[in-house]
Amino acid sequence: MDYRPLQLSGLEAVTVTPNSNFVNIGERTNVTGSAKFLKLIKEDKFDEALEVALDQVRGGAQVIDVNMDEGMLDSQSAMVKYLNLMASEPEIAAIPVMVDSSKWEVIEAGLKCLQGKGIVNSISLKGGKEEFVRQAKLVKRYGAATVVMAFDEQGQADTYQRRIDICKRAYDILVNEVKFAPQDIIFDPNIFPVATGIEEHRNYALDFFKATKWIRENLPHAHVSGGVSNVSFSFRGNQKVREAMHSAFLYHAIQHGMDMGIVNPTMLEVYDEIPKDLLEHVEDVLLNRRDDATERLLAFAENVKGSAKKKEQDDEWRTGTVEERITHSLVKGVIDYIDADTEEARQKYGKPLNVIEGPLMAGMNVVGDLFGAGKMFLPQVVKSARVMKKSVAYLTPYLEEEKRLSGNAGQAAAKILLATVKGDVHDIGKNIVGVVLACNNYDVVDLGVMVPTEKIIEAAKREKVDVVGLSGLITPSLDEMVTVAKEMQREKLDLPLLIGGATTSRIHTAVKIDPVYDGPVVHVLDASRSVPVASELISKQTRGSFQTKIKQEYKLLREDHENRRQAKNYIPLTEARANKTKIDWAATNYSKPQFLGRKEFVNYPLDELRKYIDWTPFFQTWMLAGRYPGILNDEVVGVEATRLFNDANKMLDEIVKSRSLQANGVVAFFDAVNDGDDVKLFKRDQTESFASFHFLRQQNKKAQNLPNFCLSDFVSPEKGKDHLGMFAVTAGIGLEKLIERYKAQHDDYSEIMAKALADRLAEAFAECLHERVRKELWGYAKTEHLSKDDLIDEKYDGIRPAPGYPACPDHTEKKLLFELLDANKVGITLTESYAMYPGAAVSGFYFSHPDSKYFGLGKIEKDQVEDYAKRKGMSVEEVEKWLSPNLSYN
Amino acid sequence: MAKIEDILRERIMILDGAMGTMIQRHTLEEADFRGEILKDHPHPLKGNNDLLSITRPDIIKDIHRQYFEAGADIIETNTFGSTTVAQADYHLEHLVYQINYEAAKIAREVADEFTRKEPNKPRFVAGSMGPTTKLASMSPDVNNPGFRAISFDELVVAFKEQAKGLLDGGVDLLLPETITDTLNVKAALFAIQELFEETGKQVPVMVSGTITDASGRILSGQTAEAFLISVSHVPLLSIGLNCAMGASALRPYLKVLSDKAPFFISAYPNAGLPNEFGQYDQTAIEMGNEVEEYLKEGLVNILGGCCGSTPDHIKRLAEIAAKYKPRVIHHQAAMVEE
Repeated sequence: MDYRPLQLSGLEAVTVTPNSNFVNIGERTNVTGSAKFLKLIKEDKFDEALEVALDQVRGGAQVIDVNMDEGMLDSQSAMVKYLNLMASEPEIAAIPVMVDSSKWEVIEAGLKCLQGKGIVNSISLKGGKEEFVRQAKLVKRYGAATVVMAFDEQGQADTYQRRIDICKRAYDILVNEVKFAPQDIIFDPNIFPVATGIEEHRNYALDFFKATKWIRENLPHAHVSGGVSNVSFSFRGNQKVREAMHSAFLYHAIQHGMDMGIVNPTMLEVYDEIPKDLLEHVEDVLLNRRDDATERLLAFAENVKGSAKKKEQDDEWRTGTVEERITHSLVKGVIDYIDADTEEARQKYGKPLNVIEGPLMAGMNVVGDLFGAGKMFLPQVVKSARVMKKSVAYLTPYLEEEKRLSGNAGQAAAKILLATVKGDVHDIGKNIVGVVLACNNYDVVDLGVMVPTEKIIEAAKREKVDVVGLSGLITPSLDEMVTVAKEMQREKLDLPLLIGGATTSRIHTAVKIDPVYDGPVVHVLDASRSVPVASELISKQTRGSFQTKIKQEYKLLREDHENRRQAKNYIPLTEARANKTKIDWAATNYSKPQFLGRKEFVNYPLDELRKYIDWTPFFQTWMLAGRYPGILNDEVVGVEATRLFNDANKMLDEIVKSRSLQANGVVAFFDAVNDGDDVKLFKRDQTESFASFHFLRQQNKKAQNLPNFCLSDFVSPEKGKDHLGMFAVTAGIGLEKLIERYKAQHDDYSEIMAKALADRLAEAFAECLHERVRKELWGYAKTEHLSKDDLIDEKYDGIRPAPGYPACPDHTEKKLLFELLDANKVGITLTESYAMYPGAAVSGFYFSHPDSKYFGLGKIEKDQVEDYAKRKGMSVEEVEKWLSPNLSYN
Repeated sequence: MAKIEDILRERIMILDGAMGTMIQRHTLEEADFRGEILKDHPHPLKGNNDLLSITRPDIIKDIHRQYFEAGADIIETNTFGSTTVAQADYHLEHLVYQINYEAAKIAREVADEFTRKEPNKPRFVAGSMGPTTKLASMSPDVNNPGFRAISFDELVVAFKEQAKGLLDGGVDLLLPETITDTLNVKAALFAIQELFEETGKQVPVMVSGTITDASGRILSGQTAEAFLISVSHVPLLSIGLNCAMGASALRPYLKVLSDKAPFFISAYPNAGLPNEFGQYDQTAIEMGNEVEEYLKEGLVNILGGCCGSTPDHIKRLAEIAAKYKPRVIHHQAAMVEE
């Protein structure tokens, strides 16, 4: 039979074919199904409500269902407002929308907002044929697909026969009379609760399966969908049974041909992992296999709830075969039994290599598939890798012995070199990439941090690697990557080059790196993308076409960039200066710091700092999206986030107790006077300034009444009145030792965790000191009273911008900053690229004026670059090098 | 007269080139735009090119003639901005039906004149429907992303009035073109279908989108494929791309449409990109060379020019197109039925 795919679109196309996986429809943006979403809509918090949609998209929904049917809402205007807002968020708008309402006016209003081809949910014969035909014609005219409920003038279909009769009747009307494309019809043959104790309900699930099969066989091209969570309604409160029921139901429904559905992925157990006895009881009910099925499941459910049972069940996997146990250990990240299981496998498989290529690889493939499908999260994968590494470490002596005896080495896996470039000490992201690649059987050669170009090239040649991956977090690393690419070109290497790290971007890679290197260059957005990219680049079959595709894509990006650049509006520096921040200095109350010059804070109590930790970025490090503390209860990543959070606190407890990390900082204040875009510093009672900080001014054309900001604007031009503060803190002293310990244990998870925590503690230290500066050390806000959230949202007076960040992107200003602070006395130094060492460190300026605010410099013109070079006594080329991301010209 | 579908299966058909570029060759004053009927209109009208179909039909007819002489099979009516939405800038909403009707009528006269001379090469008139000046799925206000400057319903009313004038004036085809927002064209298609149903009269519909930058997406953010899917509920004669970038830059996105669309494919790019002074200086030969790449790959069925193209460009395109076979609609894609 020919097949006509169901085609849908948001900003991008979605095509459903027989080869597509089950289409998962996001259902959290539904006021009838989510109390949280309803509350947000009712309170008119549409921005937060948008995040619910975003979470769905990021959680893997391929279509997003929006429903505003609630008595207290103006459903039509809420639908229109929400859909219009969704359209403004490209990440959400990428996928098709399902407009869900029982009111036709709401559906029609929704369809008028969709530029893409969405789905109507739903129409039916409930109101008779005439109304059905009218609505179907309009759906077609608006260009949407539609869900058709098995519902007619008599009511909702609840038997097999009624289901197929109604669907057949609806199909014939749609296809023959309305000329509706049959592939655009999605039947919902009603999923009802089972195990309700009511005799008539016993066949509900089975009838659904049978009706689904009949529809797929007899109504060509039509699809079948449904709301799965309904089926387990009787077991509300018993999550484990519900999850098992959903998963078993879906398993059978998909077997029978259901190809779309409204499913909450967090309420789903993996079918193969449902305990056999529970599964049997659940399937007895679903398939109506025994008269007493419901009673038996209810009784069994009581036991499943009990916690005592849990322990027993948890150990049950130990009774499986050695292959099953190894897979289980890898998937669940259980390290306790891996040595014993590896030994058992070694004896069974004879050769150690066979263990790696057999059960270990098989297990890691399961992990890779689950991760690829979004069913495992990064922290889990890192734990899997730890188990894998431990097993390989156990086998290594046997491998060496074998090699010695046979005199040849085993088959080599593809090799990937990773390095953080010269001048940069950041490596959490790089390590995560390394772990994910290693999990996928790549041989990772990690050169560590601050690796000079020559060393990267020498190692690439010596190790005969297949791919080179560069990482970096600070802006100068971008230039360093260009240097590496140029050198690789000069050395006539044509190895694929992967670019990653926080400051890197597709556009930078396309504009600056790709043109200088003929080999393939790919910007990799995050760790999860590294595997597909690497495999495309390594495979002989795909490399050529992938390279052509990427080169073409980057070429287009470059041209686009060039076009946009020409369009931007900038004003001359003189005009920008005339439009500086207007501050009424006559009305300003100045405060005098407690001390002038510097003051050290050595070995700051960690348990004090810990209270100031902002956890949201911590979860970002682990690629879990969401804001703390909400993320702990998030439907998709909540369980994993909670586990991570607990592990983090456990490690923190230990760090605090054993003092394995040390936090040191230094603060300084000086008399300061504004001088144009500079801030001049004075020693007590001296009339000559002894040092100046040089700042940069925004130069883009502003809307009326908006100033062209420069940090110097926030310091008073009157001599003897104002001050400038500065600081540097670290929480990374001792980190290297700690990490070595975890490295020795092959424990990547703890290694990454320790680094992430040191980073968080350093940020917390900066937050804590800033508060003390405001209230006490400088004391310009003695009465300030803010909650932790207010601190995170920066609701205080004054700012603490850091050199190298948006308001003052020039890293070289750190040189003077560190000299004045004498920061190396507390153990913080600068690398040649002005990165701070240890990496878990923060530095910056304090500005106290209540009108001072954070801003992004944006792009600046050549006139300012020349002026700045003169002020700093640097060459224009040198300035251009450091500020390259901020130049409005090439 | 032969059906356009049958001709399209046999050969590549040629669409005309730019209207605005040709009008600019004349030195026109305010009085030319006003003519007799608008001599007392209280607002300036210079630059409202669509008005010339009423006030200087001699100029518009001459341009149509030049394109037919250059080898065009299809000419577009001078109605790109003839909706109430766009004419509101000139306070001429009340004249919209008449502008469309007259523009269709004069184009019809010229086409019939050529068909009579060369009955074996029938000439067609496509009613041009521009995107209007407002977007239905994007907010013009960055601080208020949920705001819309125009609604779907308002667009349906505007497009319906335009389409009615064009049909009454005798066009053979309707052509919503230079689409920057798919929701706008969905409203146009909605209006056209309503009109067909109400009048019982149908003409083939062509649709042409615009990829505005190198992201490969139309302004409202859709990829070429998503755009195709979003308008495929209507049994179109053709889908394609026009305007924006030069011919070479359009090629990858035309290929997407050509691979997936169950309709004929049209392409009428600009004559290159404008220079720093806003002028197009790509020669007919250069444009021909770029377009020939499409023909070698068998990507198109209808070929023409947009901004900057002239009868010279169209003549060159017609010469080259005659050497190549038209694209064949893929069986796979053709399975979507009405």
